[in-house]
Amino acid sequence: MTSTPGEPVLAVEHLRADIDGQQVVEDVSLTVPSSGVTAILGRNGVGKTSTLRAILGLIHRTGDIRLAGERIDRLPTHKIVQRGVGYVPEDREVFAKLTVAENLRLAVRTAQPRHDLVDALFPDLVGRRDQVAGTLSGGQQQMVSLARALVNDNRILLVDEPTKGLAPRVVLEVTDALEEAAKTVPILLVEQNLDVVRRLAGPAIVIEGGRVVHTGDATALLDDADLTTRLLGVHGDISSEVAR
Amino acid sequence: MSTVVLLAVTGLGLGALYFLVASGLSLIYGLMHVLNFAHGSFLTLGAFLGWMVAQRIDATSWLGFAVSMLVGAAVGALVAALTELVLIRPLYERHIEQVLVTVGLSLATVALFEGIWGSDARFIRGPEWLDRTTSIAGAAIPNDRFVVIAVAGVVLVAIVMFLRHTRYGMIIRAGVENRAMVTALGIDVRRSFTLVFTIGGAAAGLGGVLASHYFGYVSPSLGGSLLIFAFIVTVIGGLGSLTGAAVASVLVALLQQFANYYLSGTGDFVVVLALAAVLLVRPTGLMGARA
Repeated sequence: MTSTPGEPVLAVEHLRADIDGQQVVEDVSLTVPSSGVTAILGRNGVGKTSTLRAILGLIHRTGDIRLAGERIDRLPTHKIVQRGVGYVPEDREVFAKLTVAENLRLAVRTAQPRHDLVDALFPDLVGRRDQVAGTLSGGQQQMVSLARALVNDNRILLVDEPTKGLAPRVVLEVTDALEEAAKTVPILLVEQNLDVVRRLAGPAIVIEGGRVVHTGDATALLDDADLTTRLLGVHGDISSEVAR
Repeated sequence: MSTVVLLAVTGLGLGALYFLVASGLSLIYGLMHVLNFAHGSFLTLGAFLGWMVAQRIDATSWLGFAVSMLVGAAVGALVAALTELVLIRPLYERHIEQVLVTVGLSLATVALFEGIWGSDARFIRGPEWLDRTTSIAGAAIPNDRFVVIAVAGVVLVAIVMFLRHTRYGMIIRAGVENRAMVTALGIDVRRSFTLVFTIGGAAAGLGGVLASHYFGYVSPSLGGSLLIFAFIVTVIGGLGSLTGAAVASVLVALLQQFANYYLSGTGDFVVVLALAAVLLVRPTGLMGARA
């Protein structure tokens, strides 16, 4: 699945969302180009995860959301996903009592699932197909979560903090996999690890208090120490081998 | 010794009945977070219509008995599916309203059944073999206990096979763990709601026919009286756990039978005490997911 080159694969305008009446996204407008990785950045609790969940319809929201030009904001979650939106949630959310194979089978929506790609990206999972997902390490669970999204030919992936809580070696593996995946599908990435952002992202969108406060090139943002400190509360220096 | 054997087998039979009701309750709550108070009505209707059909064929024949079980299961499944589609689905995600609807339906259907069949119990008959006893270790066990236990065992195996080896079974297991994530994989989980209601209704309807043979009568209050203990079993076993429901069904029924005999008929009270103890020590139930 692809969109017309030049046309954003995802366009969001004036997105507002709430959870049980509590406003969590105030006014977010953003576009995601048809290739590469677009990062959503921001401090904790500013509405990054809620923005992804709102795009998918997992929480109550209003606003105009278009996928490759088609309005999807009135569709239920499963129909949005069926139109080619892959989702990798924060905290993995694998089905702990199901096996790895069952987790993947459940995710398959196409007649020709991309098992070869998944096996190539995550060789560690190949021998663990019959293992119950709840017994995997955090890194392996993250691979299952990513594999569930990558097994289908999607128009876009929404990926939420894929390196959260992982060991440095696993962060590197996950980053490699995302970099490889981004060659075939655009990714909207929420990420706190700025080394990962620096390596993967083209455009970056910064959210503060449920609103977009900055849009621009990720590297330019992270190179600007003052701006990074003001918007993210941290500096964007490269600190690990992830950024290479 | 013979008394212990009699109490144990009778307890297993009662536990089998509890399981037939509790299995559906547990699956429905696990997936949909709805406590279905109308579940007893599926049981009662299955029992009444099963009995009516058996009478038309020949209530004392095995054919009549077999067809009555099929009718009970089919009626339970059909009414449960209609309940989900017509009354529960429009209230999607409104759990309190869904529960209130099931409470209203349970009250209305009991009144309806009383209007149709009267409020008095109707004593029923089955194949002669069911009324006889079989001697085990000196205890004369009523044969209908064996049938109830065998049928519940078959239902348990069938549901487990369905959950383990079919795509819908996989969706239901995943949905019990994390329903939102199932929809985020592009699956319309609401179809599974109708399915678990249908499976639960079929088990309850089948349980209704067997309960009427176990107790020897059918009445409009049959489902309601079993439903109370099925709820206790579901909570003790762990809401959403089929295995938990099976284990708790047996434990509760055995406890009830032995307490009734050895503690001066205090079986119901002891069961409620057991419920309180489980809730205090392990609020998620014996096999429920830890919060």
